[in-house]
Amino acid sequence: MIYRECGQFKTSYGSDQAIFPIPQDRWGVMLALLIAFMVIPAIANEYWLGVILTPFLILALAALGLNILTGYCGQLSLGSAAFMAVGAFAAYNFELRLPGIPLLLDFVLAGLVAAGVGIIFGIPSLRIKGFYLAVATLAAQFFIEWSLTKFGWFSNYSSSGVITAQKMVILGYDFDTPLRKYLLVLSIVSVLALMAKNLVRSETGRAWMAVRDMDVAAEVIGIRIMKTKLMAFAVSSFYCGVAGALWAFAYLGTVDAQTFDLHRSFQILFMIIVGGMGSILGSFIGAAFIVLMPIFINLSAHALFGNAIRPDLLSNMELIVFGGLIIFFLIVEPLGLARLWQIAKEKLRLWPFPH
Amino acid sequence: MNPKRTIGDVILEVEDIALSFGGVRALSHVSFGVREHEICSIIGPNGAGKSSMLNVINGVYHPQHGHLVYRGKRIRRMHAHKSARYGIARTFQNIALFKGMSALDNILTGRNLMIKSTFIEQAFYWGRARSEEIAHRRRVEEIVDFLEIESVRKVPVGRLPYGLQKRVELGRALAAEPQVLLLDEPMAGMNVEEKEDMCRFILDVNDEFGTTMVLIEHDMGVVMDLSDHVVVLDYGRKIADGTPEEIRDNQQVIDAYLGVAA
Ligand SMILES: Nc1ncnc2c1ncn2[C@@H]1O[C@H](COP(=O)(O)OP(=O)(O)OP(=O)(O)O)[C@@H](O)[C@H]1O
Ligand SMILES: [Mg+2]
Repeated sequence: MIYRECGQFKTSYGSDQAIFPIPQDRWGVMLALLIAFMVIPAIANEYWLGVILTPFLILALAALGLNILTGYCGQLSLGSAAFMAVGAFAAYNFELRLPGIPLLLDFVLAGLVAAGVGIIFGIPSLRIKGFYLAVATLAAQFFIEWSLTKFGWFSNYSSSGVITAQKMVILGYDFDTPLRKYLLVLSIVSVLALMAKNLVRSETGRAWMAVRDMDVAAEVIGIRIMKTKLMAFAVSSFYCGVAGALWAFAYLGTVDAQTFDLHRSFQILFMIIVGGMGSILGSFIGAAFIVLMPIFINLSAHALFGNAIRPDLLSNMELIVFGGLIIFFLIVEPLGLARLWQIAKEKLRLWPFPH
Repeated sequence: MNPKRTIGDVILEVEDIALSFGGVRALSHVSFGVREHEICSIIGPNGAGKSSMLNVINGVYHPQHGHLVYRGKRIRRMHAHKSARYGIARTFQNIALFKGMSALDNILTGRNLMIKSTFIEQAFYWGRARSEEIAHRRRVEEIVDFLEIESVRKVPVGRLPYGLQKRVELGRALAAEPQVLLLDEPMAGMNVEEKEDMCRFILDVNDEFGTTMVLIEHDMGVVMDLSDHVVVLDYGRKIADGTPEEIRDNQQVIDAYLGVAA
């Protein structure tokens, strides 16, 4: 069965407005979920689950958050990692100060705190755009990192500013092994990704894109620019905040403010550049690409040169390939890998009669 | 004649509008009224202030002096997002579509003020979010059929040819089911056929829904055919205001704009 749209007549607008209107897309998503939930747990070892797949999913969630803000609403941000930090520290503090709080509620509250902080730092976007806004979000990055280090209260006065995430328990069930953590993260990320998909295809998403593409026209048809932009900051920061909480609780265990530094923000930005601006799928592709590429380079370098290759050379090689790719995508295909995938799909859709 | 087309009382007045950008006077004390259900054209040479006038009416520009009266309500300072709530829709001289979105989504966005579902309902595509989406989609498909753009409905509008983009933009304005429609050179840069189509759309909308129109157009043939009422601007000043016939015979208009040929 090949991927195509023609020949499949939709019988109602309801089915055409469905989340994945083309059956092959629907099956593709089902298949991906099936593999993620059933196949991978059966075949992946602890190293893959705990060190590669779990962080990949969490970073994909953060990339999704940034994509909502930058890809869908057009507001460039360099502060994604800072909002992750807010989420991580908030989740830690809720657990600490409200003992026995349900874990999922804790993550939701952490996301909401990040959303609130996101709204505050989104206020400049009402006045400034593009490069200047990026600088303002950079200020958010530094300010948040600084406050989490400076004020001991956030880390419960731990001497080094490091927090150790509490155990993850839901209804008495302990999420303590890499497999269990992976499944928990996968469930949360799947639900949030589905919600993001719903949002971007509904009025909220259309308003974001309208503001991104032509803000004067958006206002003239009645969209409130301020509300729309701040909503994007809130939702984006919520996603980043949950990602940060997961980073602390399900991946690293102990984190400090520097875990979420500018470097991390850039990494997330690169994910959406490579993966695709304004694409949910692109956030995942970009995260996979950026998490897996160093491993791939490492493996292929060892295959080619054996152990002769020096580790510093290797890490430089990563940077070079990385930089090259970013430049390639910025110049040649600003919509990223997701767009290349879409072009391939469009070709298939009409094949074999292109016109 | 269709009862909806029976021209009614003045519903929109601009009074003594003055607008300048730094030293440039775009509009100097312009006043005129638009009656319900009529097609009112604004004509004048380049830079006369026509687009600025529309921008004042729907709140994109804020005049230094003067005010609007809309349905008896005096409005000193119109805001862009409020004009939509008053039922005033608009197309732009330089197409202002949402380039990354499909034609369907662009037109659907025109109905944003009618959406009642909350953000949470939308996140779950639940309840009203779902039923509304389907209901609005149905209305949008009617507009798509009317404008004869069925074949491109899912194409990102940035990839459409100019003439079709103009149609999509009209579609987005129509989707709001406006009382007053402001059209800034809807036929500029079109060939004869495309112009004829556009004229037909405008007349049909006016006829069927009784939508009041304020239209900027350079093609005098079109203006004379479509309009019930013509306002002439020149260097930001109103130099004439009347029926198409009166305008055609007005010596001042001939000197300033129409030239001897008309
Ligand atoms: N945003 C702006 N900033 C500065 N000057 C402006 C702006 N908008 C319009 N103007 C000036 O106001 C005057 C009127 O412009 P406007 O666009 O209203 O003319 P127009 O009658 O629509 O002309 P055209 O037929 O070329 O579209 C021009 O001198 C123009 O340069
Ligand atoms: Mg103009």
